[in-house]
Amino acid sequence: MQFLTSSAPFIAPQNSVQKMMLWVLIALMPGIITMVWQFGYGVLANIIICVSTALITEAIMIRLRGRALGPALSDLSAVVTAVLLALALPTLAPWWIPFIGTFIAIVIAKHLYGGLGYNPFNPAMVAFAILMVSFPKSMTVWALPHSLLPSGISFSDIITIVLDQQSKQTLIDAITAATPLDEMKTQLGLNQTVEEIRASSIFASLSGQGWQWVSIAFLFGGLILLFKKIISWQIPVGLLAGLFTISFAFYLLAPSVTPSPLFHLLSGGAMLGAFFIATDPVTAATTPKGRFIYGVLIGLLTYIIRTWGGYPEGIAFAVILINMAVPLIDYYTPPRTYGHK
Amino acid sequence: MKLWSFHGGLPSLAEHKNESVNLPIEVAPIPKVLIYPLGQHIGNAAKPLVQVGDKVLRGQKIAAAQGMVSAPIHAGSSGTVSQIADHLIPHPSGFSAPSITIETDGLDAEIDYTPHADFQQLTVAQLVDIIREAGIVGLGGAAFPTAIKLNTQSKAVAIDTLILNGAECEPYISCDDRLLKERASRIVEGTEILLHMLGAKQAILAVEDNTPDTFSSIQEAINNNNNQAINATQIPTIYPTGGEKQLIQTLTGKEVPSGKIPADIGIVSINVGTVYAIQQAVIEGKPLTSRIITVTGEGVKKPHNLEVRIGTPISALIDVCHGYTKQAERLVMGGPMMGFALSSDSIPVVKATNCILVASQHEVVTEKRAMPCIRCGLCASACPVSLSPQQLYWFSRSDQLDKAAQLNLSDCIECGCCDVVCPSHIPLAQHFRYAKSALKVQNHEKQLSNIARERFEAREERLARDKAERAERSRKKKAALKNKPAKEEIDAAVSRSKTKKSSIDNED
Repeated sequence: MQFLTSSAPFIAPQNSVQKMMLWVLIALMPGIITMVWQFGYGVLANIIICVSTALITEAIMIRLRGRALGPALSDLSAVVTAVLLALALPTLAPWWIPFIGTFIAIVIAKHLYGGLGYNPFNPAMVAFAILMVSFPKSMTVWALPHSLLPSGISFSDIITIVLDQQSKQTLIDAITAATPLDEMKTQLGLNQTVEEIRASSIFASLSGQGWQWVSIAFLFGGLILLFKKIISWQIPVGLLAGLFTISFAFYLLAPSVTPSPLFHLLSGGAMLGAFFIATDPVTAATTPKGRFIYGVLIGLLTYIIRTWGGYPEGIAFAVILINMAVPLIDYYTPPRTYGHK
Repeated sequence: MKLWSFHGGLPSLAEHKNESVNLPIEVAPIPKVLIYPLGQHIGNAAKPLVQVGDKVLRGQKIAAAQGMVSAPIHAGSSGTVSQIADHLIPHPSGFSAPSITIETDGLDAEIDYTPHADFQQLTVAQLVDIIREAGIVGLGGAAFPTAIKLNTQSKAVAIDTLILNGAECEPYISCDDRLLKERASRIVEGTEILLHMLGAKQAILAVEDNTPDTFSSIQEAINNNNNQAINATQIPTIYPTGGEKQLIQTLTGKEVPSGKIPADIGIVSINVGTVYAIQQAVIEGKPLTSRIITVTGEGVKKPHNLEVRIGTPISALIDVCHGYTKQAERLVMGGPMMGFALSSDSIPVVKATNCILVASQHEVVTEKRAMPCIRCGLCASACPVSLSPQQLYWFSRSDQLDKAAQLNLSDCIECGCCDVVCPSHIPLAQHFRYAKSALKVQNHEKQLSNIARERFEAREERLARDKAERAERSRKKKAALKNKPAKEEIDAAVSRSKTKKSSIDNED
């Protein structure tokens, strides 16, 4: 009898890109739910706009590049990029912010560099950084947390705010506030002490009102990814350790004018960044040692940007800058092969 | 016993041992023909000793080893040599190669064997010779001539530990397991021969911890034998723990340095099937003519563990297993991780064949669409030799072999772990097999060009030297001519010719 031949191994692969991306989306759920609970439905508007824009632009780019549509769309990589961007955007951003952001992420940061697997920079963070630089005002419209706005924001208000920001300026002013990181930076610049600043109602015992729970929820989701072995521990541990170490060192030097390490870890995008953004495998270092170094460098740079840079949050810029160092990090940290010294 | 662990591997690989592990070894009937590819071991192909039409007996040497790294081949049953010509051989590329075909007569008449029950009386050299002449090669799949491995007397490092590899880590395969269950005492006896030959302090027989019955039967055999130097141990079932390097690491914590062999660190590791063959060759004087093979998979009606005459066509084994099922999709020789697919069941089993897996569509991947690498690093985490497969993949794919070599491509053991864990379904093992052989070719060519260059340079040097010598000689000659006697001679000659010339002039 005759048989067809193929090459070993003959065992079916245990994993798929789609499965990994799906786990990332599942692990984001606790964070998303907490964001909705704390900051209202605005984040869902962002997610909807980002995901639909991502799927459309991804499809167009795939067609333009003459590739098969099915596998590219079903790998869910565009959806993950879109959701990560949506979670980084202010909850009451006008519709064109998530739209332009996603366009930048998928078209420029991803496909112009060669598509999945070839982009050197984290697409969601490239989009975030460009939006931050280009539309600073629209990037600050964070809704007040649930505890400071008990009545919440109605669904119709969110839709009108998202669709037409101009006419709703007074409403927006009433229901938005600076983020804790932003407030901290501004007030420290006005020579206030940390203690005085944290007396403000937007702060809570751990970090910011609402923010602390969102951070803890992303930490929880991150642990799911670690447990499911979707990500390796080196990047999140490195990043959080780097951020903790440098903030603790400066906290020891001048505790009255330096926010605590805990505040840094549970504010802004630290947890989201550590577990979901810096761990994007395409743009991260690949060797175990390299991943730790990569994480530490992002943590350090985040603190530097938060403290001495022009922006209150530094995760996005830190990730992009350290993305550039990845080939170098990988080059100098190859694993020791069996039988070699 | 203290155990170590190796990096990566696949702890959760489906084992598929239940299909065959409880089936006792049955002896396969004598097939109508036996086909012996002459190159079924590492090294030089054997040289036929018979001619078409010759009658042969079971155990008769039909092809002799050629050179040091080679092995003789023996007939598996009595009959007539019907052909010495190219036949399809078990090879991933579907090659044909010179083979001896024997038409069996069904009598199974044997030669007279020379048993050596008193092996202690023999010298190491004599035992090495017996094993070489018995045609024994590594039966775990490597097919490296065992006699060379055991000839450690000239080695600088004394052998300290003998490892008996019973860790059958590939899914589906159960031949070594059955052998250990049913013939443990002979393997222990074979171990004693090896200890005697190697002068090793201890022998460790390792089996995976998924086979408790086997372990207890080995324990019993060891206890009966009462040799303190032989110990059995169970090791965690993690593919590829039966790989030589991984097993050595698991049992001793030592690594075999890259490019070296275990003997360089005082270890010899031998598959238990090979140990059985050694026992048979020494104690009973029987050369290697048969081995245990697992025939399994959803593609055969009734899986079997068979004691098969080497040279039996696969189709004859399928008949023993009641034929193919409708689902039969792939014919694989070896396991599903490192075996290779065959195009036809007319191919014979060879010394290195431990398993015939007839896989169904459900058991094998028939179509795998590769997606771009997302650099997730799962391959690197799974790699038992700590390579960076994703980096090697870029370099292999773009033929940057030098860079791949720098990342230790040659240390890849082709176990396929990276391939199985890759979420992008990239056929990494295939890329690496290709790149490794391309690298070998490149290095060989480099070697050839080095030789050519050296030859050219030597020639240039020789020509230059000749030229210098010639110049020296002519200089010496000139110098000699300048000396007086020479000058006089010339003057004399000139005057002679002058006189002659004048005499001619005078005659006019």
